[in-house]
Amino acid sequence: MSKNKKINIVISGVGGQGLITLGNILARAAFLEGKDIKMSELHGLSQRGGSVAVQIRFGKKIYSPLISVQEADLVIAMERNEALKSCLFGDKAKTIFLINDNSIFSPAFGDKKLDSFEVIKNKILPFAKKIYSINATDITTEKFDMPVLAGIYMLGCAISKGFIPLKPENVLKAIEDIVPRGIEDNKKAFNLAKQSLI
Amino acid sequence: MNWENIFLKKQSGKEILLGNNAIIRGALESGVQFVSAYPGTPSSEIGDNFSYLSKHFKTDFYFEYSINEKVAMEAAIGASFSNLKCLVAMKHFGLNVASDALLPFVYTGVKGPTVISVSDDPSCHSSGQSEQNTRAFAELAHIPILEPSDSQECKDFVKLGFEISEKFKIPVLIRTTTRVAHQSGIVKLDKFKKSKNKAKFVKNYNQFVTMPPRVLAMHDELLEKIQRIKEYAEKSEINTIENSAKGKIGIITSSVSYLYVMEVLDKLNLKLPVFKIGIFYPLASDKLKQFIKNLDKVLIVEELEPYLERETTIAAKDINPKLKIYGKEILPETRELRPEQVTAAIAWLLKKQYKLKNIEVPKTLKRFPSLCAGCPYWLVFNGIKEAVKQSNLKQEDVVFGGGIGCYMLASFVPHNLQDYLFCMGSSIGIAHGIKKANPKQKLISLVGDSSFFHASMPALANAVHNQSNPLIIIMNNSITAMTGQQPYPGITETGRKEKGKLIKIEEVVKALGVENLRVIDPNNYKEFVKTVKDYLNKNELAVIIARSPCLRIKK
Ligand SMILES: Cc1ncc(C[n+]2csc(CCOP(=O)(O)OP(=O)(O)O)c2C)c(N)n1
Repeated sequence: MSKNKKINIVISGVGGQGLITLGNILARAAFLEGKDIKMSELHGLSQRGGSVAVQIRFGKKIYSPLISVQEADLVIAMERNEALKSCLFGDKAKTIFLINDNSIFSPAFGDKKLDSFEVIKNKILPFAKKIYSINATDITTEKFDMPVLAGIYMLGCAISKGFIPLKPENVLKAIEDIVPRGIEDNKKAFNLAKQSLI
Repeated sequence: MNWENIFLKKQSGKEILLGNNAIIRGALESGVQFVSAYPGTPSSEIGDNFSYLSKHFKTDFYFEYSINEKVAMEAAIGASFSNLKCLVAMKHFGLNVASDALLPFVYTGVKGPTVISVSDDPSCHSSGQSEQNTRAFAELAHIPILEPSDSQECKDFVKLGFEISEKFKIPVLIRTTTRVAHQSGIVKLDKFKKSKNKAKFVKNYNQFVTMPPRVLAMHDELLEKIQRIKEYAEKSEINTIENSAKGKIGIITSSVSYLYVMEVLDKLNLKLPVFKIGIFYPLASDKLKQFIKNLDKVLIVEELEPYLERETTIAAKDINPKLKIYGKEILPETRELRPEQVTAAIAWLLKKQYKLKNIEVPKTLKRFPSLCAGCPYWLVFNGIKEAVKQSNLKQEDVVFGGGIGCYMLASFVPHNLQDYLFCMGSSIGIAHGIKKANPKQKLISLVGDSSFFHASMPALANAVHNQSNPLIIIMNNSITAMTGQQPYPGITETGRKEKGKLIKIEEVVKALGVENLRVIDPNNYKEFVKTVKDYLNKNELAVIIARSPCLRIKK
């Protein structure tokens, strides 16, 4: 098999949660570490509250912008129901799921009931080496009154737990380069995640 | 992101660029002078970011959002004939609209070099209508088509496109797909070239006037030109062979499919010869023949229709009739390719153990896109339902004509107000036909305001003149919303610093001869419902302009 170790990350969620910014930050941080990167994003209809998934890959040399099925190292799900859709990329042997315990309603659901988080986790289990959940939206709402920082908080968790092999200082630098407004709050949310209980 | 630095200042080093941004950078490094675009995913960032640059910094190019792609193309044709270096950007459907101007433009050729960037969307991530493959325009229009696979190539191919355009005096098309346009990767930046082209239209009847019989001579000249470009393509570095002379099984590929191929070869630690085609048209068929000459088997990895496969089949007849050619037989012809499909195809070809796993992803509720909370369209859709009810009609009794824009979300729950959906402008055009077929049929046609200027005015004039009687509701949210809030002629804002002249939709509608016309803010809900009801029962052509701005308009 290939000597060229590649890191594959899927960030899934709902349009408007800032997933592309998160992807850009990761890509930038990997770039600052001299890695080759590829990122793939979708826009358009997905902006209007549809499902969104951003894929980021980095390593010595990366060709494909898309991750193959069962080849994600990490799935960051910003919305717990969306985590289910990323199972395509999950593999029992290696994939870590980091899930924001947050549920976003869509008018498309009608009166159909969503699964409870316990049921969701059980469904993901066959695709995950390990599942971690954090209530990032609650935490960033409480601490900063800014639910949009949930993504940065999740990123902070993933980096501080070593799920992504990038140096925190490079991610902080990438936040400065990428985030258009509120850099200080973003950095605070990122750093706060070190104390998260997962 | 430091825009000024990345797009206008840095002349060396590397940056991460989105494919669309790399197209911009390529045009700027080439010294582009005139840029026109109409938005459409996945191409929109090209126009949007040219607009941003021209609004915020001192730049050397003119930029406009034109009212549709044909007009954008025509604007560029005029600027090219006046000696400027031009870029036109659009999504694939836009090229259909622009094609009437494109075909003669390829005949006349350019004066100022011109590149047309067109983005396809296999798998229809952000497109209804059809899963169009713009490669088909190669044979129809005889336009050279370059297919980049990543951001670096987006930049390089745009520059090369300008060079080819300059050398052969022909417009050049850059075809991306969603996975190229919306792929980010590392791009090496180079120096900016300053264009010294002075703008002036110098009369040249022989070149610019496509009257017969001259047009037939132009056709001959074009074919001869394409032959010369083919010779150029035979030697071009962007038609490359990797791992040449490494075995009897080869791969031919282009665009993003090339990246999947290389990823798989890397993963499986294989070194198969790969012919990567950068110039899709005219195809370097001699190089292709050389490539397949000594092979036993060849796999063609391309998305949608099997153009390269057909060309390979033709080439093999002469040079290697025993060659086994695999393509659509083992890879799908609809939808974009996925890397694991390419893995399975290559493994199968090599008789390796690899089974495409059939993974059952756990089910969850589908999340449709939906109107933003507080969007004025909620009031319009609800108001329509209310008016239908108050008219003692059922929703089944009324045909709801859909159009392209955020208002196509009328299709989904909880609205369910869409009985046909085609292309920009066709909401009214088709409504007219339905009403002519049966004037008693109740019908409400929805039209966006950008869609109105784009292609709906001729349809409205036609309905008025030929006297059909649909009820038309123009969704006047004062912006091109779905594609990311681009300006349009109904406001003074434009794509650049200078203000434009505002064109009032109601004045256009009146001028087109519509007598039943009301402009209403749907927040004035009762009044809105009453007007819809009145007009629905009237049996005369009527237009309601539902005016309330999109919530996302950037202040
Ligand atoms: C020929 C063509 N060009 C561009 C597009 C992309 N497109 C899809 S929706 C849309 C915006 C339409 O705006 P408007 O009519 O104002 O409707 P709104 O989104 O504001 O409701 C555009 C440009 C397309 N589908 N077809």
